[in-house]
Amino acid sequence: MIEQSPVFIVVIPLIFACITPLIGWWKEELCYPWVIMALALSAFFSVITLNTVINTGVVHYYLGNWLPPWGIEYVIDYLNAPMPVLVSVIALLVAIYSRRSIEQEIPDKTVYFYTIFLLQVTGFLGIVITGDMFNLYVFLEIASLTGYALIAVGEEGAPLASFRYVIMGTIGASFYLLGVGYLYMATGSLNMADLAQLLPGLYGSRVVLVAFAFFMVGIAIKMALFPLHVWLPDAYTKAPSVTSALLAPLMTKVSIYVMIRILFTVFSPDFSVLRTHAADIMVWTGIVAIFAGAVMALAQTDFKRMLCYIIVAEVGYMVGGVGLANSVAMKGAILHIINDAVMTLGVFAVAGIVCYRMKSHNISDFKALFKKMPFTMAAFVVAALSMIGVPPTCGFFSKWYLIQGAVIAGSWTFVVALLVSSLINVILFFRIFEIGYVFHEGHEIQAHGDETSVIEEAPLSMLVPTMTVAAGIILIGLYNQPILTSVIRFAVPNL
Amino acid sequence: MIDFIVSKYNYWIYIVLMMIGFYAMIGKRNLIKKIIGMNIFQTATILFYVSIGCKKGGDLPILEHAHGHAEHAVAVSAYINPLPHVLMLTAIVVMVATLGVALAIAIMIYRKYNTLEEDEILEAMK
Repeated sequence: MIEQSPVFIVVIPLIFACITPLIGWWKEELCYPWVIMALALSAFFSVITLNTVINTGVVHYYLGNWLPPWGIEYVIDYLNAPMPVLVSVIALLVAIYSRRSIEQEIPDKTVYFYTIFLLQVTGFLGIVITGDMFNLYVFLEIASLTGYALIAVGEEGAPLASFRYVIMGTIGASFYLLGVGYLYMATGSLNMADLAQLLPGLYGSRVVLVAFAFFMVGIAIKMALFPLHVWLPDAYTKAPSVTSALLAPLMTKVSIYVMIRILFTVFSPDFSVLRTHAADIMVWTGIVAIFAGAVMALAQTDFKRMLCYIIVAEVGYMVGGVGLANSVAMKGAILHIINDAVMTLGVFAVAGIVCYRMKSHNISDFKALFKKMPFTMAAFVVAALSMIGVPPTCGFFSKWYLIQGAVIAGSWTFVVALLVSSLINVILFFRIFEIGYVFHEGHEIQAHGDETSVIEEAPLSMLVPTMTVAAGIILIGLYNQPILTSVIRFAVPNL
Repeated sequence: MIDFIVSKYNYWIYIVLMMIGFYAMIGKRNLIKKIIGMNIFQTATILFYVSIGCKKGGDLPILEHAHGHAEHAVAVSAYINPLPHVLMLTAIVVMVATLGVALAIAIMIYRKYNTLEEDEILEAMK
């Protein structure tokens, strides 16, 4: 049972997704507990696998007992062991959170929404767990296709945003597929570990260089790295709240994981960093992404859209951190994958609650919310402080390592970019806090009538996951040392 | 130069097809034309994969009477490489699924705005 747990992580949501329409056809309200059960089981097996990795080292799982390099292999090492836990726990929280929001936004499509929701999670879990290049492509496409569908059911304008995402995403995935093809041409292998052994002799080959370039561009589209980010703001703003809460934390982070995997496992650090100078390019793209994302976030009046541009900046943090290519910055970048996923979930969960109560997600909707929804806003403050990088929250620690790494690498522009974007985050979020505290906007005339505004807290099924995330942000911050020493320390490649 | 092009003509066709598809995806303003471009783009990828599996004078990769005679050596060079072709079966499925999703979204857009021209849709959204 325990040795089968890697495959259960992926197979359980897949099988449950296939059965969901039948359950929904029989009794629609059963879909919700069904999805939660699937994700809870998946999270359970992810935790078991993580535990096995921490105790006994790298786990290999051969699907159908076909040995690599011929068969498909699942490899869970220190780099990707935390990822399935992250994905499945976030998906579980979003699933718990989803019910009331879906009832309001897409009441007639609940069953199919949950089916695709589970498939989406299957895609993410498969991407992070597989050790096979082509298998990764298939999971990448599962995650993308379901993402298009989940976005398209959103509000006015969502189908067009989703259509643009389809076009961009397909280009990205096809580039990735071409990269796999070129690598196969040069080596005759698809297994990541096998490729890592075969490739060093071929680093002079132009075929390998082309493959590398295709991978980088393809993945950069999927992760919305700055000049290729155009699909993201529209898609995540107009998607249903639940979709944004699921996709925004996970899609970009999973893509960054894939990038790290390709840069440092499939190719070797001396190829990615010294030979091709890809790392330098990544640092500069990261810096540009941070500045561009932060500045464009300032210009937004829509809350979700502002968060989307913050994501663009956060992607810059991680890409730049990986590009700095020293062990401290790598540690920061990997820790930031976890932290950013959790805090992005936090802010998007709050956006969903505001959208649920106010029926829109403009920044001006936050008026007097501190009085109406004290608990939601408390969670929001925690997530926002983490985005800014205030010490007890987790965002501080990964930023700290990133800055330390940048100092070691002597990349002062990156340090400046990180600090400036943190300051801009201060402006962005304190602007919203301020709006949230303004109660007396409409003068005294109506003051005595409406002033006794009752607490209209979010429904419990939405509030509990949001509060859990807020608690998680602080806990990950407090326990960042155990996370670093027991897992991430071993995930950093030899640089 | 001519020899270089002729001897690798399948790869040239793949590049040309891919660029046609890429142009249609980026340059065309009609959503269906974009979808057609996307399909051409993906088909070009498939052509590329089919090309890398092929060998001059290669035979179908089926061993006759292989069962029970697995010991005898197989001349690998006499057979084309089946693996890229098998990968393409999966990629075709992915392609069809992408096409389906893209068309479904196009229908959603058409129902809402009664047009598939991007300019007119953006006009209507204002």
